[in-house]
Amino acid sequence: MVALNRRQLVGLALVLVLACALPFFVANYRVFQMTLVLAYAIALLGLNMLTGYNGQISLGHGAFYAIGAYTAAILMDKAGWPYWATVPVAGAICFAAGFLFGLPALRLEGLYLALATFALGVAMPQILKHKAIEHWTGGVQGITIVKPDAPEWTGLSQDRWLYFFCLAWVLVLFVLGWNLLRGRIGRAMVAVRDQPIAAQAMGVNTAMVKSLTFGVSALYTGVAGALAAIAVQFVAPDSFNFLLSITLLTGVVIGGLASISGAFFGAVFIQFVPNVADEISKAAPWAIYGIVLIAFMYAMPTGVAGFVRLARARLARRRAGQAVR
Amino acid sequence: MSQHRTRITRRTAIGAGVAVAALGGRAFAQAAKYGPGASATEIKLGQTMPYSGPASAYGTIGKVEQAYFKMINDNGGINGRKVNLISLDDGYSPPKTVEQVRRLVEQDEVLALYQTLGTPSNSAIHKYVNAKKVPHLLLATGATKWGDPKDYPWTIGFNLTYQSEGQIYAKWLLKNKPNAKIGILYQNDDYGKDVLKGVKDGLGAAGAKMIVKEVTYEVTDPTIDSQILTLQSSGADTFIDITTPKFGAQAVRKAYDSGWKPLHILNNVSASIGSVLVPAGVEKAVGAITVAYYKDQNDPQWKDDPAMLEWRAFMGRYYREGDPKDNSNLYGYLTAQVMTQILKQCGNDLTRENVMRQAANLKNLKLPLLLPGMVINTSPNDYFLFDQAQLQRFTGTQWQLFGELISTDSR
Repeated sequence: MVALNRRQLVGLALVLVLACALPFFVANYRVFQMTLVLAYAIALLGLNMLTGYNGQISLGHGAFYAIGAYTAAILMDKAGWPYWATVPVAGAICFAAGFLFGLPALRLEGLYLALATFALGVAMPQILKHKAIEHWTGGVQGITIVKPDAPEWTGLSQDRWLYFFCLAWVLVLFVLGWNLLRGRIGRAMVAVRDQPIAAQAMGVNTAMVKSLTFGVSALYTGVAGALAAIAVQFVAPDSFNFLLSITLLTGVVIGGLASISGAFFGAVFIQFVPNVADEISKAAPWAIYGIVLIAFMYAMPTGVAGFVRLARARLARRRAGQAVR
Repeated sequence: MSQHRTRITRRTAIGAGVAVAALGGRAFAQAAKYGPGASATEIKLGQTMPYSGPASAYGTIGKVEQAYFKMINDNGGINGRKVNLISLDDGYSPPKTVEQVRRLVEQDEVLALYQTLGTPSNSAIHKYVNAKKVPHLLLATGATKWGDPKDYPWTIGFNLTYQSEGQIYAKWLLKNKPNAKIGILYQNDDYGKDVLKGVKDGLGAAGAKMIVKEVTYEVTDPTIDSQILTLQSSGADTFIDITTPKFGAQAVRKAYDSGWKPLHILNNVSASIGSVLVPAGVEKAVGAITVAYYKDQNDPQWKDDPAMLEWRAFMGRYYREGDPKDNSNLYGYLTAQVMTQILKQCGNDLTRENVMRQAANLKNLKLPLLLPGMVINTSPNDYFLFDQAQLQRFTGTQWQLFGELISTDSR
């Protein structure tokens, strides 16, 4: 287990202070965007566990994001639950869904797994429209949910309150994720990715590690979906098309595979780059997006987090190889 | 001379300022009133459009509308003010629509939203814009729920609604084929049910007798062949076909190939010659009927129509990269004309309240690109722009208008 050194702790504390102060200096609309960034960051950390640490490619995480979002929306709208109670349930349901999906997916390697998960991502919007569950999901119309008010003692606007609500979830999930990934299980996950046979010989239960990783990854993504749904106040099948899954994978790679801080960089990328692309060209926003994507991959082949790590290592005149993984 | 005038203006302005200050800011009879997004020189409008994503073919609507306001601005603007239409990409994704609309309302502070496109995207912002009291005008969708002044007083749609369309088919059948045995195929979602409700409302009590069979399909179904055969075996002689383009083409082909050959009423969503009737085989669609409320630039009868020539000139000058065969470019132009009329009517009172008041107060507005005789009317209790339309029949090469304008029930 690698502990943080003092410099890193101070740096983290500074980032946290900044994250707490920032919403008071920007408009509610920006706070809302930052809330979405936090939600994406959680989803990206989840996907990164699976893809970055465990080496399983998922092109279907949008489906878990959707399940989380719909769980929150249905519990709030149909069962009258308070918003905060729906998030853990969304996580639990997604954990179960991810674990169960992970079991058969164990037989599939690399690209075959990518295709199987892709099928899940493509099917999800149509499943959500299905007649049998229409009275729950609202069919194509989706569900509109009421935006939660901040508790009175805080005196915060709805957007700022939701931001801090998400930030709390980010803290909890990232500390847990950090512990998980830096510990015994994290090492097992990486071992299964790099040397599955050797890992098995060392006594790692490869199948269990893979399924559990799938479950935990889905849990994170589901929580993110629930938080985003509460912030956006609306869920519909069109919100969760297969492109969302690709976007999440893009975020993971741009942020940096097998990196915890990379989740934030990736989240900022997938939240803001489409807006920038739209500003530059209405005729071909996706072409601009693609160019930015290629530029990033060319300039930072190990993602933003990897780039930062290299730069820091170089600045400290240390060997790049010493940087922690 | 001009100096003299300037001086007076400045003096008047100072005087006005003093007077306003003296009155404690009370309204000044002649002075212009400005809400968010409006000033003496500019009117800011906002919209979201699917420039990327699955519906990006509709992105041209946003571009033609921006071109239209460019033309308006080149000619002096509206009541001397330039129109600045901020058009943002939402990729047809509702969460992105929410984000972009919040940007338009909270950061850009637009006076009104105009032509936000898509039923799911507008559903996502429906509550928000009404809570914020931002005019949400001329939505580019046909759902009937956009005309609900009691619960959503800040939202007005543009399109002839799906229910109105259904009613118009029903009324024509009641008058011209009262003994019709009707078979209905509809897409099992809110769009399909919306048209179906219009048909049933229009038929009224006669509906129970006239409708012999109703079948549905899911948007995910590969084909609708079995549904067509079910309708055929029910003995129906009239087919109301409420389908989206892919299924519309299948229905045209199957209803002909199976030997059924009913009177085919094809809903407007699937009335495109290029993307539905040609793939199905135009000879199989001869005699099909659909609804229309504005002119079709591909229809030869409007070739030398002055309004059409004006539109073509505009396309050539301001939107050269746009496809003059694409009906969306005519549609966008038409909605921009309505928006211009609303802003003209506002005069110098450019508050959100007045914009809404004027949008709900369009009286006998005749636009040359609408079908002859059609007028636009709205009132505080009736948010539907169109309550008439005409039917047209497919000749094998084009849609040909026939009969008179048919009105829907007053709501």
